[in-house]
Amino acid sequence: MSALAEQSAVAGGTSNPSQVRAALRLGRTRLGLALCLAVIGVALVGPWLVPHSPTDFVAGPFQVRAPGAPLGSDNLGRDVLSRFLAGGKALLILSVLATIAGVGLGTAVGAIAGYFRSTIDNWLMRLTDVVLAFPHIVLALLLVATFGPQPWLIVLAVAIGHAPRTARIVRAATLGVVEHDYIRAAEAVGVPWPSIVFHEIVPAISSPLLAETALRFAYSLTFVSSLSFLGLGLQPPTPDWGVMINENRLALTVAPFGTLLPAAALAILTVGTSLVSDGFSRVVAGVDRGIKS
Amino acid sequence: MTHKGIVIKGLEVVAQASGAPIVDEIDLEIGAGEIVGLVGESGSGKSTLGLALLGYARRGTKISRGSVILAGTDLLQLPERVRRLQRSRLVSYVPQDPAAALNPALRVRTQLAEVLRNGRKGDVESRPDLATALQEVELPSDDSFSARYPHQLSGGQQQRVALAMAFAARPRLIVLDEPTTGLDVTIQAKVVATVRRLCRLTNASALFISHDLALVSEIADRVAIMYAGRLVETGPARALLDSPAHPYTQALVRAVPSLDHERRLTGIPGQPPSPHNRRVGCAYAPRCQFRQLVCDAEMPASTFLRDRTLRCHQWRTVEASGSKHDFEIRADARRPGNTILRVQRLNAQYGDARVLHDISLQLGKGEAAAIVGESGSGKTTFARCLVGLHAGWFGSIQLENEELPQSAVKRSRHQRKIVQYIFQNPYGSLHPRRTVRSSLVRSLYATSDVDREAARLSADSALESVGLSPEVFGDRYPEQLSGGECQRVAIARALIHEPSLLVCDEITSALDVSVQASVINLLNSLTRERAMSILFVTHNIALLPHIASSVVVLRQGRIMEAGAVDRVLSDPSSDYVRNLIRDTPRFSSHGDQAGLLH
Amino acid sequence: MPNPSGGLSIAKLIAQRIGSGVLVLVAVSMIVFGATYGLGDPVRAMLGNEATPERVRAVAHELGTDRSLVEQYIAWVEGLLTNEAKSFATGRPVSELLGPRLLNSMILAGSAGLVAVLLGVAGGIASAFWRDRSLERLASLISLVLVALPEFVTGIFLVALLSTGVLHLLPAVYIGSGTVLDPLALILPMTTLVLAAAPYILQLARATMIEVLESDYVRMARLKGISELRVVMIHALPNAIGPIVQTIAIVLAWLAGGVVVVEFLFRFPGIGTAMADAVTNRDLPTVQAISLLIAGLYIVLNILADVIGLLANPRVRHGSR
Repeated sequence: MSALAEQSAVAGGTSNPSQVRAALRLGRTRLGLALCLAVIGVALVGPWLVPHSPTDFVAGPFQVRAPGAPLGSDNLGRDVLSRFLAGGKALLILSVLATIAGVGLGTAVGAIAGYFRSTIDNWLMRLTDVVLAFPHIVLALLLVATFGPQPWLIVLAVAIGHAPRTARIVRAATLGVVEHDYIRAAEAVGVPWPSIVFHEIVPAISSPLLAETALRFAYSLTFVSSLSFLGLGLQPPTPDWGVMINENRLALTVAPFGTLLPAAALAILTVGTSLVSDGFSRVVAGVDRGIKS
Repeated sequence: MTHKGIVIKGLEVVAQASGAPIVDEIDLEIGAGEIVGLVGESGSGKSTLGLALLGYARRGTKISRGSVILAGTDLLQLPERVRRLQRSRLVSYVPQDPAAALNPALRVRTQLAEVLRNGRKGDVESRPDLATALQEVELPSDDSFSARYPHQLSGGQQQRVALAMAFAARPRLIVLDEPTTGLDVTIQAKVVATVRRLCRLTNASALFISHDLALVSEIADRVAIMYAGRLVETGPARALLDSPAHPYTQALVRAVPSLDHERRLTGIPGQPPSPHNRRVGCAYAPRCQFRQLVCDAEMPASTFLRDRTLRCHQWRTVEASGSKHDFEIRADARRPGNTILRVQRLNAQYGDARVLHDISLQLGKGEAAAIVGESGSGKTTFARCLVGLHAGWFGSIQLENEELPQSAVKRSRHQRKIVQYIFQNPYGSLHPRRTVRSSLVRSLYATSDVDREAARLSADSALESVGLSPEVFGDRYPEQLSGGECQRVAIARALIHEPSLLVCDEITSALDVSVQASVINLLNSLTRERAMSILFVTHNIALLPHIASSVVVLRQGRIMEAGAVDRVLSDPSSDYVRNLIRDTPRFSSHGDQAGLLH
Repeated sequence: MPNPSGGLSIAKLIAQRIGSGVLVLVAVSMIVFGATYGLGDPVRAMLGNEATPERVRAVAHELGTDRSLVEQYIAWVEGLLTNEAKSFATGRPVSELLGPRLLNSMILAGSAGLVAVLLGVAGGIASAFWRDRSLERLASLISLVLVALPEFVTGIFLVALLSTGVLHLLPAVYIGSGTVLDPLALILPMTTLVLAAAPYILQLARATMIEVLESDYVRMARLKGISELRVVMIHALPNAIGPIVQTIAIVLAWLAGGVVVVEFLFRFPGIGTAMADAVTNRDLPTVQAISLLIAGLYIVLNILADVIGLLANPRVRHGSR
């Protein structure tokens, strides 16, 4: 090898610069991922493991322990364990759909606004401002009041709340990236603008985007479960963790599992997702100072 | 009250986490009123050393050993609170970027008054007041000026305020960390003259840190050369630069472009090691032509040689070989072929402001031309118009006899192919998430219809032609490359299109001097081999003889002067160009100190 | 010369912000109207199961839904402004219901906001100073957990901890009525809101403070030999205040919507529960009124945040040369 190559091999280092890998090296990301996967596992596999159907009556209401119901019965006498195992799937699916829709739309809007700036940026951001003028929950409640609590509406209501917030973040990240010369180099050589936005800019902002997606997913979970808690999301008799918490909280002192089990599951999932999001943010901010001097 | 200067002994700064030394075994003396230039490339630790003289260590580092003695006190032995009080009084600091160092929320007079309040109690009479402090740096001393906020000042004015803050409390030592980087040559000359004047006036010692050897040669009495955290050679400025004794100093001197020397630029292969990669033995050995086994085994101790201090095992061999200068002629005077670029009455604007006025020039096939100007001259705008990155222009640009549309988007594939652009910032011009090969291939797809295999082959051959092995570099990411390597990749990305015209926009301004030389030599040989024309945009006049045969000088969007490089440099017809040449630092191998000191 | 028109352009910018805020409020009102009356069917919402064709026609005429949308919108705005809007559920003017509840909610949100701001700002600044100690890392982790949890989950855990078998300290559910508030019963809902908002403020205050403390100009101030106290008070804090106050305004705005779930959890007699009930009953006028109220408050607070951001930036205050 030439002296040049040898020197570079020494100085070049061995790290794969992929930021996903860097984030996964952090303890908190790993912990967060583990927590998420644990709860997601329960939510997805749970429905197949239920000892009873979630709508069957197995005992009197609010029994803390009953034959066939190791964790007790809920407000109508159904098996808490079965309802808990079955109660995560719908929540998860709706949250994922809402996150994908909201982040996808928001990314497109934000990246385009950030790349083109001038009039397009102005109009897109005005539009964003109007939607952002609503507290997210008020917007969702408005829609539910009009159309009633239907699953597609829930996804729409949550996604509409995510899109402008994501657009803001993506736009800011795009502005940071768009001044770099590699974008100019692509323009100079004639790469068409959709390719620049989606193949140059979006990969360059992948870390803040991943952090934001994880955060949005945590919000989706919070939101959908809050709506169910209010009685305005998934409706009884569907088993759902938010619904369960609402139904069973009267008997918190007597039969706590009906409330605390779903609450704990929600808590672990949202905290896990936030840890993962934090991990990505740290990689972006370069908080991992040991690597760079 | 006379002072005996500053004595630094055994100074060491380490990284707290790993214990790896960033700066090591520093012994240096600076006499009263003396200016010592500290020269080093990136990663040499020169900034860290400068800060250590104030007893300051960056987060994650600490000063582990050594003493800094001035006015009878060892600064490093003082407890932190007392040490802090001594700043501004005993030693002060001028940072590289004054905009970042001035608090945007406080007025100029507030920030200046803080320093004045901090002065030594005994020197009340000799200390200036606010107005005088401003006058000393040739700034207006009236209230309306001192009430300004930093963002209301120009870059040069901000730097002068920084200087005023440094000198106001009459410290014994001033540490200046690259104080003129980013300033235009004329402003740089004035700032440096001010520094010199104030040092004489206050009898302060100064450490002038810079990577610019030519600049240092003009202002410093003595020079210290730093490499990988150690001082490798120290001595009187003139003598050291005329006959350098350390191999690194010799190589550095050979790499610096200077208007006076008719000599080829020679780069230094490889790059300096980072603090984490320092080795046993002499840090420079891997790049040194005099390397022997003992150089890898142990660090050389300091040798005292006549007027020098030196760290080299092989100094006898080096001395015996003499410092040869290559007196070859540099940029070949090529016979330009047919005109391939014709620009006629080009006018460009940003919004309503006109930045280029009636620019016309011609470039022949295989010709190398330079566009020179200070900031605001419009040289970058001109380059961007050529390649279609700036669409706000009218006039005519003809490439290979075709009129070019204003923006790249409207140009044909062929038109986009034959002119290529290389940017200033090596790291910013490559996509951080793509491998080198992927960036090259993707660029090629935009102008040529090739299949994957052919694209890969073209990418590999482009890498080879810039001296990078495709097996080693093809799959690397930009953050794994040095600045010089990134710039070579950028050149490869341009070459892959087989262009007729290469537009280089300040492509070496962000590189170390030794790397700059290699890149320039690479460009020269490439343009020669391929009969490619090249337009080199730069602010550094000293580079001209090495890169171009003809030059166009721009000032505020207008052509001041144009012609053959030799003629313009030796006999400029405009005062502006004459002044530019005068203000550009240089070091001559003759005894006289021309240049700044008038 | 310092720009003498610097002050003028600030006033202009602020006026612009307020102007666009008013526009946004109008746009919001259109969306509220459009989402409920435009897209949905207010007649059926009101009648519910009792919708026979004759009654539908009669109610439609009374509500005016047989007119064009634009006419309806104008009539609706008039109705709002003259307080004629009547709740579908009670038939009484909406304002009658909302008045006392609004006061309760403002007390709840206001006190929670105050406590959250104090804790968050103080905690954030302290956190920034002690950022290398391990205790601080623990505190950061706790902040993260608290911000992540849904508010009603935090509330449930608090109730489980403090109102039930573990510790019987506080009432789990608000028992009481009307306007006189029982301070003891205020504590749990207020704490839940504080636990949601304070850590967020803390994280942002911490991040801002760190950015300022590690900035070049603060480093320069230390290199000038200035005492640490002066460095913090005169050099660091003024640059941190702007972003921190902006964050506070944003969090307060969030609180305006965040009360809904918390009030519902504790059956607190505020506009949050009123909203939840109204939505469940499809009582559209009430829903509209509360939406506009909350959105209006939200807009005002966001404008405040923008204006503070402008004022805190010396570049905007004093213009360039």
